[in-house]
Amino acid sequence: MLKPKFGGKGPPRLSALNCQNCSPEPQSRALGCSARQGSGKGILVFLGHSLALSAKGDTAASETGSSKPAWMVPKRKHSGSCLEPSHAESPGVLLIPQRSTAGCWESLACRASPLLERRSCVVCALPCKSDGHADLSFQTGLRGILQDYNWKIQLKSSSTLPVSLTEMKSSMLTAKRPLSTSHSSVDSEEIKKFQLLAHKWWDEEGEYSALHSMNDIRVPFIRDTLLSISCNYHLGNPLSGVKILDVGCGGGLLSEPLARLGASVTGIDPLEDNIRTADRHKSFDPVLAKRIQYKSSSLEEIVEESMETFDVIVASEVVEHVADLETFIKCCSQVLKPEGSLFITTINKTQLSYALGIVVAEKIMGIVPEGTHEWEKFVPPEELEHLLESNGFSVKTVNGMLYNPLWGSWSWMESTSLNYAVHAVKSGAQGQSGPTDAPSEMDIQQRSATAGTAGTASDITV
Amino acid sequence: AQPLYDVVVSGGGMVGSAMAAALGHDIHFHDKKIALLEAGPRKEYDHMPDSYSNRVSSISPGSATLLSSFGAWDHVCSLRLKPFRRMQVWDACSEAMIIFEKDDLDDMGYIVENDVIMSALTKQLDAVADRVEVFYRSRAVGYTWPLPSHSCDTSPWVQIQLADGRRLQTKLLIGADGHNSVVRKEAEIKNIEHQYDQSAVVATLHLSEATDNNVAWQRFLPTGPIALLPLSDTASSLVWSTSHEHASELLAMDEESFVDSINSAFWSNINHSDFIDTAGAMFRSAISLLKPSGTAVRQLPPSVAKVDPESRAMFPLGMGHATEYVQHRVALIGDAAHRVHPLAGQGVNLGFGDIACLAHHLSAAAFNGSDLGSLKHLLKFETERQRHNVSLIAATDLLKRLYSTRLAPLVLLRTWGLQATNALPPVKVRI
Repeated sequence: MLKPKFGGKGPPRLSALNCQNCSPEPQSRALGCSARQGSGKGILVFLGHSLALSAKGDTAASETGSSKPAWMVPKRKHSGSCLEPSHAESPGVLLIPQRSTAGCWESLACRASPLLERRSCVVCALPCKSDGHADLSFQTGLRGILQDYNWKIQLKSSSTLPVSLTEMKSSMLTAKRPLSTSHSSVDSEEIKKFQLLAHKWWDEEGEYSALHSMNDIRVPFIRDTLLSISCNYHLGNPLSGVKILDVGCGGGLLSEPLARLGASVTGIDPLEDNIRTADRHKSFDPVLAKRIQYKSSSLEEIVEESMETFDVIVASEVVEHVADLETFIKCCSQVLKPEGSLFITTINKTQLSYALGIVVAEKIMGIVPEGTHEWEKFVPPEELEHLLESNGFSVKTVNGMLYNPLWGSWSWMESTSLNYAVHAVKSGAQGQSGPTDAPSEMDIQQRSATAGTAGTASDITV
Repeated sequence: AQPLYDVVVSGGGMVGSAMAAALGHDIHFHDKKIALLEAGPRKEYDHMPDSYSNRVSSISPGSATLLSSFGAWDHVCSLRLKPFRRMQVWDACSEAMIIFEKDDLDDMGYIVENDVIMSALTKQLDAVADRVEVFYRSRAVGYTWPLPSHSCDTSPWVQIQLADGRRLQTKLLIGADGHNSVVRKEAEIKNIEHQYDQSAVVATLHLSEATDNNVAWQRFLPTGPIALLPLSDTASSLVWSTSHEHASELLAMDEESFVDSINSAFWSNINHSDFIDTAGAMFRSAISLLKPSGTAVRQLPPSVAKVDPESRAMFPLGMGHATEYVQHRVALIGDAAHRVHPLAGQGVNLGFGDIACLAHHLSAAAFNGSDLGSLKHLLKFETERQRHNVSLIAATDLLKRLYSTRLAPLVLLRTWGLQATNALPPVKVRI
C-alpha cells in the first residue's frame, strides 16, 4: 500500500545515475558498497537479476551494522512491471531484470516516486556495449521517461567504480530547487514541466481533457456572475464590451470560449510555446483572431503598461503553479479596474487533495500528466481569502468543484476540500467594498444549470 | 479566404429549412452566421391554390410546438390545416381494431400539406435573413473533413464545394438532405437500410358527403396499409402503401375504378375468415368481461366519391437508420438519419424532434462559448435521439411485417394483440 510521506517534505525527487562498467563482479561489489555507504539516503537500481543478487549478497556481507538499504525485488524475473517494495517507507534498492523495457522504467518511476524521500538518489547500472560506450538510444529514451516523472537525471559514465555517493550528494546539493529570491511569480520549474506538453493543449481527449471539460462549469460561472453584475447585456453576446485578462492562458482553452461570448481577451503565459500554440489555434477563426490577443509574458511584466485596464481577471488552475502568491495577487490588483472581478480556480491543500488530486489523478488514473502538481503549492481557500482580503479584494463567492473521472465531467459541490473556485471584487476607488447583492452559491448553480435556454432570459436579474 | 459560417445546413426541405429557421431565431445565435443549401429553386408561396396538394404530413402536437417556437405555426394556421381528434386503425383480416383519442377530445394531430409548411418556413427564414443566408440552386458536390485532432497546420473547418465552384467553410455541417444523403455518404457513416417491396400511392379525394371529418382512418390490408387523412369537411388525402405492381395499376386505372378500389379496400370483408372471426369474437367477449369499456364498435370510414385529377402519384418506400448521427463537426437530422414507413405517420415528426433536440444542445453550447462542432454536445444529441428513434423505427418496421401476411397464426396473434392493446389504456397512451 503506497503511503505518502508528509511532514512538510511532500512528494520526493529522485536522481538517477548511470554507471557503466563492463565487468559484472566488481560492479556488483562496488555498487553494493555504495549502497551501504549511502544507506538511509540511497537507492540502487540494477539491471540484471543475477547482478543484483550478488550485489545484495555482497552488501549484506559487508554490513557493519549501519542502517541497511532495503531491497525491492521484482516478482517475476523478466518483467519490470511487478515491483514489490519490501520496506515501503525507507529508500532501498530496486532490482530490474536485464531485458527491461521502457515500460519497466516507467513503472519503476511511478511506483518508486512516492516511496522515496525528496532528494533520494538512485544509482542505475546500465549495460554498455562492447566498445565501452553506453547505449545512447537507451539512455535518451530512459532520460525522456524519467523526466516525465520528475526525476532529475545525472548521466555520468564511469569506467571505474565505486562511484562514491558523496560525489553524488554534492552534485545534488547544487541542483536543488532555487528559492524564489526574486519576487517573481513565475516558477522556472513549472515552466519546464509545461514545456513538454506545449503542443498538446487542443487534443480534447488527451492530457488536457480535464481542463477542456472544466470549461463546462467555469465558463458559465464567469458568465453568469458577470451578467448578474452588469446592467445591460444582450443574451446573444453576453460578454460584449468586457475586457478580460486570462493569466496563465496556456493554449487558450479558456480564452476562446470567453471571446466567443463577446469579450475582448488578453491571454498571457510565460511559456512561448504555449502562446504559439494558442495563436495558431485562434488564427483560423476571424472572430476569435480579432477578439483575443496573446502575449508571452509574466504578470509582472505587463503591470506597467496595463494599470487598471481590465474589467475581469481570470486565473484558472494557475495559482498552484505560481512562485509567490502575494506578488501575484498584488499585480492582479494593479491591472484590474476598481470594482473589477477576479476569478480563481485552484486546488485545496488537504490530505484528500493529495490522495485524489495527486496519487489517483496523476499516478493511478493518469487524469493529469504526472508531476503537473506539487501538493506543497496547493492553496487552501482560507489562505487565498486572507491574501485577497488583505490586498484590497472582497471575496464574494467560494464554490467547491468535483471531477467525475468516469464521465469526464465537472460539477459543483458544497465542500472545497478538492478543487474550488473563487470570485473576488477589487474595492472601488474610495475603498468601499463591491456590490453587496452578490449572487449566492445556490443562485450561481441554478443559473449555470438553467442558462442556455432562451426562455431563462427573464430569470437573470441585476 | 472562403467565407466561414458557424453552421451550414445542407438540404432545404421541411426538416432542413426548419433547422435553419430554429437556429436563426435562437437568441444565442444572434451573432452567428448560418447558411442553408438548397438544390432547387426558390418557390414562391404567395397564395395557396384552391386544390389541395397530394403530399401531406401528419404533424404531432410536439412538432407543432417546435414550429410555433420560431413563429412558423401561426403562418400554417393562417393558411390551412386540419386537426383530427381520433384515429381508428383496424385489420382487414379480422374485426380487431384500435382507436386512439385523447381523453379530453383535444387535437391529436394535424394534417398539413407539405407546401403549407414550406411556405411558413420560408417566411420565417426571410424574417432572419441577416443571420441565415439561403443558397438556392446550390448543390454541394464535395466535402472535405477536418482531422479530428488538433493538428494545427490544416484548417480545422469543414470545406464544402458547391456545383458552381463556390467554396464555403463551416464549423458545423448539418445534413438534412434526405434518405439518399450525400453528407452521410461522404462522411462514411454506415446506413442500415432496407427497401420495402412497396410503393405509396397518394391522391386527393373528395368525399361522398360532407362530414365532421376529424378522424384519421387506417386499415391494414395484406398488401399494405391504406390511410385516409382528413383535409377538410369534404376532402381527404389518401396514402395507400401497396406492392409496386398494384401501385402502378392504381395509377393507370381510370378515376371511377380507382375510387371503387379505395372504397372496397376500406369496406370489404373479403379477407375475413370464419376461424379468425370466431376467435376474435371470443377474445372480445373475454375482454368485455374483464374490462367492459375496453371494446368499442368499429366505425366505417366515409365513402369516397371522386379523386382530384392529376393528383395521383407514387413513390417507393424503404426503411433506413444511420449507425451514427454525429461525427466531428457533422450532424444528421431527418430522413438523412432515419427513414421510416409512412404507416405510423411519423416520418417528419421524427425529423422535427431531431431539430428540437439539436437546437437545444447547440443553443446551450453557444451560450457556453463552446466550439459548435465539438463532439461533446453532438454526442448528447445523438444519444437522446437514437434512444427515441430506434424503438419507434423498429416498432414501425415490426408492425409493417406483422400486417403484411394472411397467415392464420400471425393474423390471430395480431388480432388478439390489437384487441388487447385497445383494451389496455397504459399501452395505448404510450403509443
